[in-house]
Amino acid sequence: MKSGRKIFSEILRVILLLICVSLIAFILVTKAPVDPLVSYIGTNSSLSQEAKDEISEYWGLNDPLPQRFLTWADHALHGDMGQSITYKRPVIDVIAERMTYSFSLMFIAWLMSGILGFCLGLVCGLKPGSIFDRVCKTFCLVLKSAPTFWLGLLFLSVFAVQLKWFPIGMSVPIGKLAEDVTLGDRLYHLALPAITLTVVSISEVVLYTRQKIIEIRNSDFILYAQARGERKGQIVRRHILRNIALPAVTLQFASFSELFGGMALAENIFAYPGLGTATTAAALNGDVPLLLGIAVFSALFVFAGNLIANILYGVFDPRTKEAEYVK
Amino acid sequence: MLSERRTLLSGRTRAALIIGAAAVYLLGVLIWGGLLCPDTYAVHYENKFIAPCRDHIFGTDFMGRDMFYRSVRGLSTSIIIGVLAAAVSSVIALIFGIASAVFGGWVDKVINFCVDLCMGIPHIVLLLLISFMMGKGVKGITVAVALTHWPGLTRIVRAEVLQIRSSQYVQTAYKMGKSRFNVAVKHIFPHVIPAYLIGLMLLFPHAIMHEAAVTFLGFGLPAEMPSIGVILSEAMTYIVTGKWWLALFPGLLLLLALILFDAAGENLKKLLNPMSGNE
Amino acid sequence: MENILEVKDLKLWFSMYERGFKKKNLEVLHSLSLELRKGEVLAVVGSSGSGKSLLANAVLGLLPGNARLSGEIVYKGMALDNKNRKSLLGREIAYIPQSVDYLDPLMKLGKQVQGVYGTKERQRELFEKYRLPLSTEKKYPFEVSGGMARRILVSSAVMGEPELIIADEPTPGLSADMAMETLMHFRELADKGAAVLLITHDIDLAFNVADRIAVCYAGTIVEIAPTSDFVSGKDALRHPYSKAFIDALPQNGFKPIGGSQPYAGNLPDGCLFAERCPYRSAECGGEIPMRELRGGEVRCVHAT
Repeated sequence: MKSGRKIFSEILRVILLLICVSLIAFILVTKAPVDPLVSYIGTNSSLSQEAKDEISEYWGLNDPLPQRFLTWADHALHGDMGQSITYKRPVIDVIAERMTYSFSLMFIAWLMSGILGFCLGLVCGLKPGSIFDRVCKTFCLVLKSAPTFWLGLLFLSVFAVQLKWFPIGMSVPIGKLAEDVTLGDRLYHLALPAITLTVVSISEVVLYTRQKIIEIRNSDFILYAQARGERKGQIVRRHILRNIALPAVTLQFASFSELFGGMALAENIFAYPGLGTATTAAALNGDVPLLLGIAVFSALFVFAGNLIANILYGVFDPRTKEAEYVK
Repeated sequence: MLSERRTLLSGRTRAALIIGAAAVYLLGVLIWGGLLCPDTYAVHYENKFIAPCRDHIFGTDFMGRDMFYRSVRGLSTSIIIGVLAAAVSSVIALIFGIASAVFGGWVDKVINFCVDLCMGIPHIVLLLLISFMMGKGVKGITVAVALTHWPGLTRIVRAEVLQIRSSQYVQTAYKMGKSRFNVAVKHIFPHVIPAYLIGLMLLFPHAIMHEAAVTFLGFGLPAEMPSIGVILSEAMTYIVTGKWWLALFPGLLLLLALILFDAAGENLKKLLNPMSGNE
Repeated sequence: MENILEVKDLKLWFSMYERGFKKKNLEVLHSLSLELRKGEVLAVVGSSGSGKSLLANAVLGLLPGNARLSGEIVYKGMALDNKNRKSLLGREIAYIPQSVDYLDPLMKLGKQVQGVYGTKERQRELFEKYRLPLSTEKKYPFEVSGGMARRILVSSAVMGEPELIIADEPTPGLSADMAMETLMHFRELADKGAAVLLITHDIDLAFNVADRIAVCYAGTIVEIAPTSDFVSGKDALRHPYSKAFIDALPQNGFKPIGGSQPYAGNLPDGCLFAERCPYRSAECGGEIPMRELRGGEVRCVHAT
């Protein structure tokens, strides 16, 4: 009951945030020094001034900003986010199609960096100061600073260009018909961007898990468990994993923002046709509706992650329930 | 007791040394890059695509420009923009953080909401949007970076102020009849400064990296300006043909700068924390 | 009476790095000896920094990695080492920590009291014995009050029918009644045949349950005597520090002595208390052994 109300108020807050994000994004893109009309019809169009005015009128470009926002929001709520200038298709369709590509990329990297990072962090945290720990930690500290796009370029250069293990770009082989593309083809083209994104995301997970485990191991309840004759394995299973699980999973959900940013860069390096490449294409072409759509969508994605993280804490950590009682 | 103090000293000396080394490298790149004569990385079509050798230790690019000098110059630009933008961002954070903690109530709520809002849009997307609005270019990217890096530090400053305010010595000072202003200046402000400085230091690498990332995507610094983002974005075109040096070395130079900023920040944390001797 | 625990000439060092790579040893326990008999409660008292908790940790094998031990710790005639300790801890040897902070915050109390060797039946039995409602079993450590927490820790300790119980400061933060109740549990366990090592800084409480009291000072035990000697006042005691300790109690007029406890690293040679002692003489600079005196033990050349 209590957690139910908490979840409800969380969702309400997210909706409010989302409205504000849309408004800010709307203001940003409409204030940009690009004329949507010019982006749409091209610079050297032979359209008469009257025809241009007519289109402006039709699009509501002459209305005051609040009204334009409300019109846009009204349409957006009804599933119409406008027409993408770059792709000449409804924004919703473009996002939906590209989302499947981006999501498979992000999901693989998210899962791999989460699982692998957790395991590495666990091994490091259980034996801090060992050679493995030192090497792993140093490596992660360097990786944490490394720019995503540079790592991507290096991977491209080494694995695709020099070693030729992976294709250079795109989501499917060039020149192959859509129906001939196999799952194998897709995975093959997905591999390098996914590896890049995994490597970029992993250092944060390893360092966090390691730090947290060292903290837990230094806590009094581990000392007490030892005093009660629990073996090392039992302590890890009964106490360490129990106490690390929730923060680790929560961190994974709370990191959607970095994941999306990394995805955008990785996609651009590997010319992978997802939301990341669509974002840059939209911004380059002055494609205001698409840019706006992606901005709102990305915020929705991030808020969803944060919401899940908050709910996980609220539901699974007994101590936050107690805080509710106190209130 | 004596022995403890000695280890503390050696740990602190090490921290100071790392900060010193970072400062030397970063200032060196900054000044050298700033004063570098444009002739050193001028176009020489006859020398294009030379792999790293003694004359061109980082090789040359598709216009025959020396990549080493171009990278140094570019990194210097990146550092200036990053540091400038991060400094602006940190001042916003300082004001918001203190206001949020000191005034509380609805001010706190509004500022927290703004923090959540700013963190809600993926960093890269927000940077793109702001650069897009500002019409790309140097001004656009600087404003974009400055406007997007304050939320994290705001939270840190706020938490720090709240913690100090609730600490016993500040409460005692209030009870002893010291004025609010007096307590703020004498007890709260000096204790926020270390956290702020560390936060600022750790903000630099983020700002620099994000500037480079946005430039790399084509929305930051213009292509005619030497910068790491531009260099790497050009490298992307030629890397497919096996010109690996175009990306590797400039990136390493940038990575080194980022790591050193990070290390300087972390060691500053150790240096400013009197408890660091216990490690 | 049979000795359950014997600590003989225990010394403990911590090795530390000094100026880079040079190692330095810091002696924190010095030639500490005591015997704990079956069915008795031995209270170890002393101010903070006197090494009483380190003694408990040394017996339980809970010292950090940079600790070095010498001397003997003997449990029922067998030297305790890391190997046999593993089969004894949690079964024959039980530890009672200071507070609920020593319980896993995310594990339900029932499971936690059972530990790795206990059974659900025994846990329920103990909950009934210690007046813990059955619903406590499903609760988390932060949900119970201080008094209940203490009873939970006691039930955890007796899960495996221990012969040696080591309680490290089990009473701080409790009201006088609560503290008394907790200590009475220890008395009861001792009366049933367990040996209890009660580490506390609260000598008043120790008076009520302990058979004998050991006084810790600067990392060693300076006197062990029957509780009755402590109750009857300073004249019955042997060591000048114990006398001063009793004098400093509120009911005896709060008379403090000058100076402070020396800390590891800059200890004087010979008697550790000499600096503050009114009877100090040249002999105090030499080696001071523990000796028997009037039914107790004392580490002082002047004691009579």
